[in-house]
Amino acid sequence: MSVAELIEGRHVCICAGAGGVGKTTTSAAIAMGMASRGLKVAVLTIDPAKRLASSLGLSELANEERRIEPELFERHGIEMRGELWAMMLDAKRTWDELIERRAPDRATRDAILGNRIYQQLSTAVAGTTEYMALERIYELHEERRYDLLVLDTPPTRNALDFLDAPERLSRFIDSRSLQLFLRPGLFGVRALGRGTGLIFGMLKRITGSDLLSDMSEFFGVFGDMAVGIRERATRVGELMADPRTAFLLVTSPRTDAVDEAIAFRRRLRESRMPFDGAIVNRVHEVTGVDASADDVEPDLGALLGDELGRKVARNFADYLRVAERDRENVRRLRREVRAEPLIEVPLFDDDVHDLEGLARVCGFLFAEDAVRA
Amino acid sequence: MQRLLEKRLVFVAGKGGVGRTTVAAAVGLAAARSGKRTIVCEVARQERMSHAFRREGAGFRETELAPRLFGISIDPDKSLEEFLVDQIGSRRLASLLFHNRIFDYLAAATPGLREMATIGKVWELAQLERRRGSDSPYDLVVVDMQATGHGLGALRTPRTFADIARVGPVRRKAEMIDAFLRDRGQTGVLAVALPEEMPVVETVEFAEALRRQMGLELDLTVMNAMLPERFSRADADAIEAIDGAHGAPAVAAALRAAVSEHHRARAQRAQLRRLRAELDGEVVTLPYLFQPDLGLAEWQRLSGELERRT
Repeated sequence: MSVAELIEGRHVCICAGAGGVGKTTTSAAIAMGMASRGLKVAVLTIDPAKRLASSLGLSELANEERRIEPELFERHGIEMRGELWAMMLDAKRTWDELIERRAPDRATRDAILGNRIYQQLSTAVAGTTEYMALERIYELHEERRYDLLVLDTPPTRNALDFLDAPERLSRFIDSRSLQLFLRPGLFGVRALGRGTGLIFGMLKRITGSDLLSDMSEFFGVFGDMAVGIRERATRVGELMADPRTAFLLVTSPRTDAVDEAIAFRRRLRESRMPFDGAIVNRVHEVTGVDASADDVEPDLGALLGDELGRKVARNFADYLRVAERDRENVRRLRREVRAEPLIEVPLFDDDVHDLEGLARVCGFLFAEDAVRA
Repeated sequence: MQRLLEKRLVFVAGKGGVGRTTVAAAVGLAAARSGKRTIVCEVARQERMSHAFRREGAGFRETELAPRLFGISIDPDKSLEEFLVDQIGSRRLASLLFHNRIFDYLAAATPGLREMATIGKVWELAQLERRRGSDSPYDLVVVDMQATGHGLGALRTPRTFADIARVGPVRRKAEMIDAFLRDRGQTGVLAVALPEEMPVVETVEFAEALRRQMGLELDLTVMNAMLPERFSRADADAIEAIDGAHGAPAVAAALRAAVSEHHRARAQRAQLRRLRAELDGEVVTLPYLFQPDLGLAEWQRLSGELERRT
């Protein structure tokens, strides 16, 4: 069992998890591993380490996917039978393109792009980056140019925020109904009765009239487009639950990360979302050892002298303590994910930020024995 | 550290997994120990800090966790409702507005309104004159703040919001908060980093963005979870010379763990040097703790380390 089996036949692979657990590296390694098996794969990352990006030959940020040079893999002795493409999400650009495509005419387009409410959208509305990542994946999925799309999800405060992104955007778009209320004397205000005047009086007192008129203008020009974008947001949401989409949960063995992974798993189950396995990065591993640090200290002393032997034994005691915590947390996670596979990637001696590092991660993600019962 | 504790508001910034909550708690403990009435604000939902002190979370209430140390979890919706009460001057009318469908639409559609209310609450906690005369002022407010992307998120919200609103009471309030956040005498920023490639890059970028967008400097950077330097190069050579050649699995594992630790500690020192070279301000280290999970006792210990090392 390996990641290749977990996501076989899928078109989209979403790697979700908290920040700081190695999600970007894992996504890149999965994409590379699948590409090396002959697929045409694109990986969409949000905020990659510069050294990782430049080691893939991607010096500048690009919202368009770019192919990683085949020679690069050759040079590092990695067999690449398929194609690996990578791109980095530019949320503002993706929004702008969406508006450009959907606007019925030039004037509407310019009015929206120039509106101040719109300009704050891509940065200030929570969940917009998350949504735009999905939107981009959806678009590529529709184009059917790739066998597999791997999505490295944005580092949200809480991994669960990601799942709510399409719903939040829909909620935002629903607020276009505001325009009905914001224009004085229109049908909306009268239909809603006397209380509405009071509400507007208070709103105006708080926000000032400019904010309300900007919003009115925005939703006025946004008008008919909103319906289309909303429908699209619904389809983007559906893509997450599509049987051709795989959900992998990435975590570290730290207690807080595992707590969050467990909450995420439960949430997926409640929302009837697919779940295909968990990947635990940076595990302090000790295999086949049942002796304690005290037991080995005499042997170490004989090999290294008393002083160094004692230091090595003390270091081992600390290591075993952390390894025990990792093992317990992985056990907890395993109980939660039940029958689904769980792949462990050990802690390396150095950071992964180049092709060799990715290849090493692939060795664990795609190893036959990587999944232990 | 002493300089930091003399501010009224300190943001502890860093990405997920770097130990931000731990450092925020350590700063809070140090401030309380030095006699300051201190409150630590958590903006995330986990309420990790208040859970460590007592069984249940503090919620949206200022709760005393230890002598002079308070905690609060800042809920955006509750902050927004409180903001409305203050602006309208009537709890009944504010509640009417808050639960109104049109307002709900407006709140969803106005970029950053909830974020604005959240930072507004943080600001309110830091004022000598509280919104309710019966609330006592704090000497120091510590905020456990997630830094997202290259942006400064919460810190920039008031400026963004003032620009959106242009006129009116919201704008005036937003400008007041923005001015407070930009005032180095009042507001301090502490960044938490890990001795790894990505967090170091992000911390340097954060410092640049902080300067460019807010005109603020990092007052202190904490390089967290530094492994002890147990082995010299000669030690490592001696260990590596026999690594793998020994039969007993436990002994081999102990030797491997030592070599691995040596390499990781060395890589960490290189990252620390890099961070120090690229940042102007002070960088202080905190040790990696081998305890399975960190709680109050570890926070106390790190808090002491923080005071000693700065």
